Amino acid sequence: MKREVMEGSHAVAHAVKRCDPNVIAAYPITPQTHIVEKISQFVADGEMGGEYIRVESEFSAMSSCVGASATGARTFTATGSQGLLLMNEVIYNASGLRLPIVMVVANRTVGAPINIWNDHSDSMAVRDSGCIQLYGETNQEVLDMTIQSYKIAENEDIMLPAMVCMDGFILTHTYEPVSIPSADKVKDFLPEYDPEVKLDPEDPVTMGTVGFPKDFTEIKYQQFDAMEKSKEIIPEVFEEFSQSFGRDQEGMIEEYKTDDAEIVLLSLGSVMGTVKDTVDKLRKDGKKIGAIKIRVYRPFPEEELINALEDVEFVGVIDKNISLGKKGALYTDLAESLRTAGSDVMMANFIMGLGGRDVTQSSIKEAVEDSIGMLRKGRVDKELKFIDIKEAGK
Amino acid sequence: MNNENLNNKAVNVNFAGFAKPGTTCKYKTGTWRTYLPKLDKEACIGCERCWEFCPDSSKTEKVKEGRKVFVTDLDYCKGCGICAEVCPANAIEMKLEGK
Repeated sequence: MKREVMEGSHAVAHAVKRCDPNVIAAYPITPQTHIVEKISQFVADGEMGGEYIRVESEFSAMSSCVGASATGARTFTATGSQGLLLMNEVIYNASGLRLPIVMVVANRTVGAPINIWNDHSDSMAVRDSGCIQLYGETNQEVLDMTIQSYKIAENEDIMLPAMVCMDGFILTHTYEPVSIPSADKVKDFLPEYDPEVKLDPEDPVTMGTVGFPKDFTEIKYQQFDAMEKSKEIIPEVFEEFSQSFGRDQEGMIEEYKTDDAEIVLLSLGSVMGTVKDTVDKLRKDGKKIGAIKIRVYRPFPEEELINALEDVEFVGVIDKNISLGKKGALYTDLAESLRTAGSDVMMANFIMGLGGRDVTQSSIKEAVEDSIGMLRKGRVDKELKFIDIKEAGK
Repeated sequence: MNNENLNNKAVNVNFAGFAKPGTTCKYKTGTWRTYLPKLDKEACIGCERCWEFCPDSSKTEKVKEGRKVFVTDLDYCKGCGICAEVCPANAIEMKLEGK
């Protein structure tokens, strides 16, 4: 296993190279471009097989992957922001047609105003499409998740597209040491993709037929059922990967210093690094704080979260997105899961890091101070707060 | 599961709607119709124009009393009225169905 320092985008490209997709179709968009640029170079230099299709839009990129995947090819694409939204219609088709396309999303907000920087508005907008969603905290985690995604998506009981989300710039453009598994080891881990049903002139089949009202519900149920089954299969894939490649990330969620924690901060993606550092500092001050990272957002790790938060008194949910007219996506999902399970843990939602605004330790501390205050009062008097918002006149 | 057996184990429909080729004829879409084309067989000159223009391939050639005429397959005709519009002999009239 090689250990090298490289930017996150290139780490993804190396992971994809080792998964040996037959077709890569992509359209450039900041901050994703370096991923497919590097893959394109691998293909041009003959270091990587497969066909690299230069398409004229993200809609075409995903459409090409749908066509290729339907023939039994392993496929890859990557995008972010407006590009992901342009793909959205086709992602629903990829999922409905049960095509295990793997894509990486370099998370960037969605305009207007036009903004190339990071938040999770883009991937949260496609969370209901039937695509599995993983969020990485570090470049290593994103590299690993890319390889794991193929094994998850192509599992015959799942057969759904998978999306690995990495924070734009914060991860994509940051140099970190990553250990890159050898092609042989990845080959051992990831069997060749050979679906039972595929487009084949020798054995013709029709895909993309009309689904009449009498069948549509059942076909949606099949997707729902596959997502439910994936809750069992995903941790198995993580565990197998960890054993084969010497990693320690095995769960749908990761708990950090939660054993005796009264207050837990919960989020996903790269912000967890800052959250963990802040937890360490506050623990030195004697505060009983912990953190939970969500590694898999779809399917939602409901059971794991209910169990992990059983003895916690206050949960602060950090969302780098906002469902306008409601609250942060993660908060809303978590609240539904906990309340339905009968939990009366106090909860508040902190919106931060929108459109690339830095989330610093003081941003996290503000969320913690608010949480401590509400916990002392025994009352959640501000359920949602925009952290670091500039107030009029200041 | 293979291409020969597309039925899904969980529920009794085809997996992801995949189907054997040439099976769309099983989808009887004629129930969507509001208007029905009524053919005046005496007036039909058998020119094939309705067959050519029908977007649902619902026109079939028949021989009636020694003459070639084009009748409508009501399993698929959606009553769009294109046949009536293009018929040079004005042999097709669109009528509200069920009245």
